[in-house]
Amino acid sequence: MNSQSNISTQVQHKWLNVVNLLKAPSIILLLVWMIVPLSMTVYYSFVEYNLLYPGPKLFIGLENYSYFSTDSAFFPALFNTLVLVGSVLTITVVLGLALALLVNQPFFGRGVVRVLLISPFFIMPTVNALIWKNMMMDPNYGIFSVIADFFNVVPINFLEDLPLASIILMVSWQWTPFALLIFMTSLQSQDTEQKEAAQLDGAGFWSIFRFLTLPHLARPIAIVVMIQTIFHLSLFAEIFVTTGGGPGFASTNLAWLIYRQAFLAFDVGVASAGGVFAIILANIVAFFLIRAVGKNLTE
Amino acid sequence: MMLNISQRKTVTHWATGLFAWLVALILFFPILWMIMTSFKTELQAISQPPLLFWETTFDNYILIQERSDYLKYAFNSLYTSVGGTLLALIIAVPSAYAMAFFPGKYTKDILLWMLSTKMLPAVGVLIPIYMITQMGGLLDSIYPLILIFALMNLPIIMWMLFTYFKEIPKEILEAARMDGATTRDELRHIVMPLSWGGIASAGLLSLILCWNEAFWSIQLTASDAGTLAALIASYSSPEGLFWAKVSAASTMACAPIIVFGWFCQKQLVQGLTFGAVK
Repeated sequence: MNSQSNISTQVQHKWLNVVNLLKAPSIILLLVWMIVPLSMTVYYSFVEYNLLYPGPKLFIGLENYSYFSTDSAFFPALFNTLVLVGSVLTITVVLGLALALLVNQPFFGRGVVRVLLISPFFIMPTVNALIWKNMMMDPNYGIFSVIADFFNVVPINFLEDLPLASIILMVSWQWTPFALLIFMTSLQSQDTEQKEAAQLDGAGFWSIFRFLTLPHLARPIAIVVMIQTIFHLSLFAEIFVTTGGGPGFASTNLAWLIYRQAFLAFDVGVASAGGVFAIILANIVAFFLIRAVGKNLTE
Repeated sequence: MMLNISQRKTVTHWATGLFAWLVALILFFPILWMIMTSFKTELQAISQPPLLFWETTFDNYILIQERSDYLKYAFNSLYTSVGGTLLALIIAVPSAYAMAFFPGKYTKDILLWMLSTKMLPAVGVLIPIYMITQMGGLLDSIYPLILIFALMNLPIIMWMLFTYFKEIPKEILEAARMDGATTRDELRHIVMPLSWGGIASAGLLSLILCWNEAFWSIQLTASDAGTLAALIASYSSPEGLFWAKVSAASTMACAPIIVFGWFCQKQLVQGLTFGAVK
């Protein structure tokens, strides 16, 4: 008995080394991928560094930070970032749920309908933005203006008048299928007997949804929220292709503001300070999100 | 007129069906319209009212290939997506396996930390990465993109694989060990066959994300290593209306991954749900 447990601890000890060896690469690589650029960003954020004026990088304390945060675009950008993430999350989760319930019903050609519905998820963000900008939202030739003409309404110039809403529409169009895909799959695993029993007891659609379906979907919803937040906090391609952050700062998010500082004003110092702000914001969001969702995920 | 139950069921069946088809067609319309526009001439593309029937032309496709060398960009997309995905899988499979089967005290914290690195916005580290790439003389090369794509998707792949591996019942492994199976046998005959589904779906998602990735491709590449996403972004400047050509380029850029996605949708979902669906 004793010797056996000795052997097993020995074996375990040998195993532990192998196990750690296997775990190490992913951890080390991610650590390097995080720490090296991060420390460079932090360093640049404290020095005067503009690509247009080469010279010694002087330590200037928090000047870059105060410059970035007093930029008149700073608060709009912060606000837009949060509005963008919040709206897209709400729209995609609600619409994704509704669509998942719909395609969970039996009807003819359900397979094809599903394929059509999930397709936007596979579209490149740059293509997505171009389709909507040109063929849907163009104030002269776009489909929306054709519809408006048909009803004798003055067509809206979407990207000029409603830039942020337009981008929210594009992103939601792309990510609703993602929510749908996940909800659809988890609905299929719902206990049908339980549902039938509830129906026999006289439960209506809403109470079944509220007390059986929604709790069943808690975890999938958490996943959808988490993954999407990760992607939308640094949304870039759609803005790059359509509005360029404008008009004014109406569709500027934090990512775009930093990009503008770095690659249009060539001010590495200020852009890096912006990068640090973006990282702090992401960490605040991550903290709440991981506390709310992460527990749900690791259980 | 009163309907009996089965008649009423048929009515709701058809009503649901019609409604679902309507919604699906509306949501699919932008893609359909893009494909239709790509087969029109530039004048037909902007005709008012929009043309639903026209003589199809393939000129746009030929022009796109001739003018901007579509195939070069397509191969860059292919190399970077496949390269990035394979690299990420090579790193992630052993790690996720070790974490799922031999979890340590901090495994869960490490996994959460990994996911939190995804929250770091790419712009926050754009300048350092750009400078490192420049110092290495690797701007406009596919190699940094492959590495970045791999690292970018590593956390999500780790999560998907971890949750997938965790579902594999450990009893099977113990039984095999009792029967004298070596670790290699274990991996080859039990773990691998059971995990192909998870590895495939993690790989699929990673392929799609890499193929569509625009931020790093736009920033770090130009004409040599440009991917399709970057090529399409270069069409965004409003130099007159050439929707038909843009549509042809877009259709060619998206078609491979859409068709791929259609075929693999079941496989894709399996891992995407992070074990949420039992």
